[in-house]
Amino acid sequence: MAEAATELLTTADGRPLKAALQAAQARARRRALLLVLPLLAFVLLTFLIPIGYMLKRSFEHDGFAASAPALVQWFAANPDYDPANPPEEAYAALVQDLARMQDEKTTGTSGTRINYSVAGTISLFKAGARAAADLQPPFKEALLAVDKNWARPALWRGMESASHVYTPEFYLVASDRKLTDDGWARGGDKERIYLYLFFKTFLISGIITVLCLLLAFPVAHLLATLPMAKSSLLMILVLLPFWTSLLVRTTSWIVLLQEQGVVNSLLVSAGLIGNDGRLQMMYNMTGTIVAMTHVLLPFMILPLYSVMRVIPPSYARAARSLGATSWTTFRRIYLPQTLPGIAAGSLLVFILAVGYYITPALVGGADGQLISNLIAFHMTKSNWSLAAAIAGMLLVSILLLYWLYDRLVGIDRLKFG
Amino acid sequence: MKKTLILSTALASFGFAAQADITVMSWGGAYGEAQTEAFVKPFVAATGKPTIMVDSDNPAPAVKAMVEAGNVTVDVASLEYADAIRLCDEGVLEPIDMATLPAGADGTPAAEDFLPGAVTECGVSTDIWSNVFAYDSSKFAEGPTTVADFFDLEKFPGKRGLRKGAKAVLEFALMGDGVPASEVYDTLRTPEGIDRAFAKLDTIKSSVVWWEAGSQAPQLLADGEVAMTTAYNGRIFAAAMNEGKPFQIVWDGQIYENEMFVVPKGAPNMADAMEFIAFATSTEGLRASAQQISYGPARKSSMAEEIIFKDGKTVMAPHLPTAPENMGNALETSSDFWVDFDSELNERFQAWLSQ
Repeated sequence: MAEAATELLTTADGRPLKAALQAAQARARRRALLLVLPLLAFVLLTFLIPIGYMLKRSFEHDGFAASAPALVQWFAANPDYDPANPPEEAYAALVQDLARMQDEKTTGTSGTRINYSVAGTISLFKAGARAAADLQPPFKEALLAVDKNWARPALWRGMESASHVYTPEFYLVASDRKLTDDGWARGGDKERIYLYLFFKTFLISGIITVLCLLLAFPVAHLLATLPMAKSSLLMILVLLPFWTSLLVRTTSWIVLLQEQGVVNSLLVSAGLIGNDGRLQMMYNMTGTIVAMTHVLLPFMILPLYSVMRVIPPSYARAARSLGATSWTTFRRIYLPQTLPGIAAGSLLVFILAVGYYITPALVGGADGQLISNLIAFHMTKSNWSLAAAIAGMLLVSILLLYWLYDRLVGIDRLKFG
Repeated sequence: MKKTLILSTALASFGFAAQADITVMSWGGAYGEAQTEAFVKPFVAATGKPTIMVDSDNPAPAVKAMVEAGNVTVDVASLEYADAIRLCDEGVLEPIDMATLPAGADGTPAAEDFLPGAVTECGVSTDIWSNVFAYDSSKFAEGPTTVADFFDLEKFPGKRGLRKGAKAVLEFALMGDGVPASEVYDTLRTPEGIDRAFAKLDTIKSSVVWWEAGSQAPQLLADGEVAMTTAYNGRIFAAAMNEGKPFQIVWDGQIYENEMFVVPKGAPNMADAMEFIAFATSTEGLRASAQQISYGPARKSSMAEEIIFKDGKTVMAPHLPTAPENMGNALETSSDFWVDFDSELNERFQAWLSQ
């Protein structure tokens, strides 16, 4: 018996069966890989590389480090200097760099880099660079005569931080830290905005997800149980808005909900509210939530529908015939079977809502702004690193939620359709 | 694989097409249309060089992205003044030599013909536009006349429309609080000045409807959502002329700035781009633009003769930000100030909004 177990099984041409099988499977795998290769290349080129590049920008910026070599060297050699009173050599290095910036036309890039953490420095650098070539030692007095702001400790701290190509600075700014004369500190009450908006974005997205679920569940159930002819008609009604431009749908909500809009006018003419008591339903958080819930509703209905369609009605009937009330049947038999759809729809709606931009921009008003609106602002104002840092924080928090979700629900239970 | 091939062929052919034509990137809408009529069509007719106009909702980030990626497909772009300065400082734009710009129709050299600040190191002004406030004249027996009236909720009850952003809103608030135009930016440079601007905005905060896209402002007025709103003056003019809306502009406290044509570094048709800019910003070019939309020309010689709107009867002068009677209490946007403080003040503004 022991002999038979060690003897290898072979194919007709004498190769071991195991090896032949492996070779055949490897060929099949290679062919399969070839099939998905275009998609893989597409995802890599248009998705992973840009995102990776953007994230790299969030902690890498050589705008100042590349154009101020003398200061970079000095900062590296004197890590323990006093920012409140930098010595003459530091000023000499600064003046040398300023003159060089003027020659190489890098004043704007350097000033902009420092301006990211210390406001007001672009024009300071421009004026300083123009004057630098004519300055005579002692450079400290000479430069301070051009502008006394050169002595600000915050500025020196900013330059020191910017002399490193890799920096956590943008993440600090994105978590409401400010560079002050004494170093990084929490921003004042009137300045803190990012963390608050993060919190609000997640809160609003959560509310929208719950609303979508409540509205979509009955619709999806109806879709799955109605006779074919009626359910196709209903399906078209669900998909019709889906095919309509996002802007058109958002603007329609403005027409309906604004103060002089259709809904308010109806309520006034019905005598339910007075003309002075028109409800404020647009240009605030209510407007954002209503419009976004409507826009995202199909993303909840479709996964739910695809799951509900394949739930055999006999289970519910069996439960009823065994004496369960309709509520118990729903809670213990039907609902658990729809969980994969609920999970997929909620995840889809939540993640889409967190990144929503145009709807809150148009209907958000004062308190309906989301974090994506600030990302857009920094993109257009060419502080891409800060935009990348905020986007990076958003990405990480979504991945965290995804991980949490995987631990609680299990990603293998997800069903998109 | 086939799809990728088709896609790359399509992309490649698009690349070739873009190289053959001079590509101008502007803001679209009524403004892009006006620039097409006033600059692009006459340029093609005069030189025979194929030129196309592409739209963007803000050409500045697009230009910066193209130059950084080393794949520039745009030859000329229309930028806000502060963006033209900032991108020039960042080395993204090609310098433009004032000497290559044509003299005015009356022979005045370009350097004297252009208004101060209208030609910068990398940009030439195509027009001067303005942030003004406007009201529906059918809603008030006696309309507001000064910027202080905008903030007077008792005398002029009703909602107010304001652009959602710090720029032009803080200046507007300070002027509404009685700060003379000449002292606005000095005031804004102090922490007390910023507090003062926000305090003034606090007085109307609960009655403000915030708008973001330029087309929203006239829409809010037309819907009766607001009694008065700040807006870009051309949008109000267009609504009044083309749709016959009874909108009235109040020029007191207007905040104006130049719009600039620039050439991105590495533009595929550099020489043609410069020729296009010289053509578009000539006396005739700027006049033609002002006939299309109510933004003022930045050359004195363009104003020498009366400019008539494209409808053939409306005299443009009273509708232009640059008309002397509209310049009584006017402020030019300080690009120096905004390149320095845009980010900081916008954060403060957003924080204020959400309080």
